[in-house]
Amino acid sequence: MRSHPIAIPCTLLVALAAAACDRGSSTSGAGNNAAPPPKTLSYWASNQGTSLENDKQILEPELKKFEQQTGIKVKLEVVPWADLLNRILAAAASGQGPDVLNIGNTWSASLQATGALLPFDDATFAKIGGKDRFMPAPLAATGAAGKPPAAVPLYSMGYGLYYNKKLFQQAGITNPPATWDELIADGKKLTIGGKYGLAIEGANVSENVHHAFALAKQHGADFFDAAGKPTFDSPGAVAAIKQYIDFIAQDKIAAPGNAEYAANQSVADFATGKAAMLMWQVVGANLKTRGMNPDDYGVAPVPVQAGATGSKATSSMVAGINIAVFKNTKNLDGALQFVKFMTSNEESITLCKAFGSIPPVKEAQSDPAFATPELKTISSVLASNAAPLPQVANESQFETLVGTAVKNLFAAAAAGKPTTTESVKAELVKAQQQMPAS
Amino acid sequence: MLSRLRRAGLPYLLLLPALLAELLIHLIPMAVGVVMSFKLLTQFFIRNWSAAPWAGLDNYRVAVDFRAPIGESLLNSFWVTCSFTFLAVGFSWLLGLAAAIFLQESFWGRGILRTIFLIPYALPVYAAVITWSFMFQRDTGLVNHVLHDQLHVIGDKPFWLIGDHSFIALIVVSVWKTWPFAFLTLMAGLQNIPRELYEAASIDGANVWQQMRQITMPALRPVNQVLVLVLFLWTFNDFNTPYILFGQSAPEAADLISIHIYQSSFVTWNFGYGSAMSVLLLLFLLLVTAVYLAFTSRWRDADA
Amino acid sequence: MPKSPMAPPASFLWIRRIFLTVLTLFTLTPACVMVSSSLKPLQDVQGPFRWIPSTLTVRPYIDMWSTVPLWDYFVNSVIVSICATVLSVAIAIFAAYAVSRYRFRGRRVFTVTVLSTQMLPGILFLLPLFLIFVSIGNATGLALHGSRGGLILTYLTFSLPFSIWMLVGYFDSIPRELDEAAWVDGCGPLRTLFQIVVPAAVPGIIAVSVYAFMTAWGEVLFASVITDDTTRTLAVGLRGYATQFDVYWNQVMAASLVVSVPVVAGFLLLQRYLVAGLTAGAIK
Repeated sequence: MRSHPIAIPCTLLVALAAAACDRGSSTSGAGNNAAPPPKTLSYWASNQGTSLENDKQILEPELKKFEQQTGIKVKLEVVPWADLLNRILAAAASGQGPDVLNIGNTWSASLQATGALLPFDDATFAKIGGKDRFMPAPLAATGAAGKPPAAVPLYSMGYGLYYNKKLFQQAGITNPPATWDELIADGKKLTIGGKYGLAIEGANVSENVHHAFALAKQHGADFFDAAGKPTFDSPGAVAAIKQYIDFIAQDKIAAPGNAEYAANQSVADFATGKAAMLMWQVVGANLKTRGMNPDDYGVAPVPVQAGATGSKATSSMVAGINIAVFKNTKNLDGALQFVKFMTSNEESITLCKAFGSIPPVKEAQSDPAFATPELKTISSVLASNAAPLPQVANESQFETLVGTAVKNLFAAAAAGKPTTTESVKAELVKAQQQMPAS
Repeated sequence: MLSRLRRAGLPYLLLLPALLAELLIHLIPMAVGVVMSFKLLTQFFIRNWSAAPWAGLDNYRVAVDFRAPIGESLLNSFWVTCSFTFLAVGFSWLLGLAAAIFLQESFWGRGILRTIFLIPYALPVYAAVITWSFMFQRDTGLVNHVLHDQLHVIGDKPFWLIGDHSFIALIVVSVWKTWPFAFLTLMAGLQNIPRELYEAASIDGANVWQQMRQITMPALRPVNQVLVLVLFLWTFNDFNTPYILFGQSAPEAADLISIHIYQSSFVTWNFGYGSAMSVLLLLFLLLVTAVYLAFTSRWRDADA
Repeated sequence: MPKSPMAPPASFLWIRRIFLTVLTLFTLTPACVMVSSSLKPLQDVQGPFRWIPSTLTVRPYIDMWSTVPLWDYFVNSVIVSICATVLSVAIAIFAAYAVSRYRFRGRRVFTVTVLSTQMLPGILFLLPLFLIFVSIGNATGLALHGSRGGLILTYLTFSLPFSIWMLVGYFDSIPRELDEAAWVDGCGPLRTLFQIVVPAAVPGIIAVSVYAFMTAWGEVLFASVITDDTTRTLAVGLRGYATQFDVYWNQVMAASLVVSVPVVAGFLLLQRYLVAGLTAGAIK
């Protein structure tokens, strides 16, 4: 019987298909028995260093240490920011994800609402050493109030006002501004000869929302009321955002071109001396790679209104990265051991030193590595003058809508259109009406 | 008897792999997506989407309520996408047609030009679009450098990535990416036209432009019918270009519907709503395709 | 010497020259920017635009391999794209043969359904597809999410509709007499397919292969969700040059050029077939 002509191509197809269906990665196991917990963990780290490979190089030795201590092998994947939220989302929807992961701390409440993250109640916290080990500010940015935290603080960051010492000297300014009026006055003095007083990352949605939040707090406004309903168009919020836009529109201390910055160009402008001031989160390590030494710049708290006290003296939002555990993890004990390891004093010091951030662990903060002027300033801001972004389930929508509204306002201002309280309010009302009714 | 069964069943067997693939990757997920559009699928329910509460037509109602901001911005996005697609496909097709016609006759350098014209299609999408976004930067980009500093054509350096001019930037990038495909397809179509037709026409006294109108264009009609439809569908649904150019929040003037839906679903965790908008988009495209095919087939039949 | 009646007039020639020159500039400018930027130090790229680098450096070409695991991404992309292309073309050949050579019930429905998938916005079925992959993984242990296989399956399906469409057109243009001659010789339908139809359709098949390959090579959205760091493809991986600290423009351009060289070389080789192949396939 002669061989069927279809046999060959069919075999080829099947072989190709089989070869193609190779697994590039190991899944979290189709564990369906009561065997002892697997000696592996999968961990999604976020990009904190100069590149994905750089993150891997910093984390791998620590993971080896963990393996030596506990015998658990950690499979690391560094996920770029562009993909992280999408991947977490897909993992939450499908139940198929890592055991431990980094999340931006502003995402905590939104992710908490999905129910995909393990809540850290007191018992769980006890397993990793207790709540008291952590500074209160980063701890407040771990989930909605009244519910157990959905994550644990890992790296802590905050905003500071970075200023170019030489340019300040040349303009005859002796001290960094402490109030907004001083900042505008200084900015005007510094805006000469093609240079500008302030650099703004106007097209970056998260940066916009972070500044809008702190400014709104200074005007006594919050973006959500006590019941969790959005109040984007409150007079305080409108005034706050108008103040921010006016840096380009009215005061003209920031270059109009800043309205399209979304790739850290403002950091580049500051590092090359094109702008004299920059409001950014612990950017010292980044400035170093751009050739700016710690001696070239000073760090002061971001200004507040003259005579402000209490919550009106909020100079920064509480920024940072949290570490969370997926509820679906098949290795709960291992995951908690890993979280304990990563937030231990020793690891906190090592990792925060490497990434240039501030440890949220009280004891770790006393390490001399964090006693630089930059980190000391920002630590003290975090300790007393910082507030977390609203910990509501709709936080992601809030960030997107308000951040985009500010981006649109900057674009209009840079194009020369007049910025008035009405135009700002209209944009914010539009943003608020797009918030889902919950 | 068995062989007759075999013969009757053979076409179905041949189609089976294609059907299975389409079922698994396109049809079933699409059905799931349509079901999602009838549910209140936000971050609260994403963990178990099938247990999410039914929202009936609420998602659709919000999408088509053009007086409310969400519906209004969707409508705006829709118009922007329509005008974008019309212009981008139009220019790509014109450029492709002109280039194909001009490269019909052999001349020195034709092969080199053909290769050069394929470069946009060969470059990875991300690299090409990121290069354009790099060129469109206001202060440090090539476009403003040439227009402002070197040619002094414009007064102030305009923004290309934010504001109203972003629409122009979007069209430029899309045309740059798309026209080589039109060029390839039309060039292939031109090869099929017998030279005798042109010779006969020129002996009759028709000049180049008349020949084009009377011989080339009618002969290309079947090619054009398919090409324009395909370009329209691909351009309308294009996600990569605006996403890489503008990030996840596009300026209003360039808010293409694919990015708009992405922002409403993935970025804001509202999948029921995003699915509803996608279904509306799909219905619109089905309608346009049906009308287009009916119209052009009738035209073609009348021609033959 | 009398001008032949076929020779185009001088005005036509001049219009052609001007048009082609402008078009060439338009097409090549980004490519030139990529080349020039890939040889600049990072400060140059971030500063005001200059045509010529202030200092010529090949550092980007060296650093780009270590900033991002470029080689791994390249290998992944090649594997995924080639497998998707081969499978897609194979499946399309079978399907197109059926549609072209047989009149069977459901033929219309099939072509319309396949055509209508071109209209599906990717966002609509991205999440459901991932969920289906995970369900399959949980049910059978065959992990399609995070694997190259899942991506291959996805990409081959993306290019299937247009491929089938083109191949049907192309097969239609191959005369039935060839088929009938083969039957007279005692060939079964499949033998006819592989020994008569396919060899006659080689240009069309090559054209369709190029299309399928480019579809897989450049897809970003689905790759960003379905892959993990060991299976990530170039299309997604190139975004890794935009890090928390900086966007390494010069390295992105260098990497893009390097990974495009094989593709452009392939285009050069297949150019003739591409043109011939799209001919009859485009006419229905």
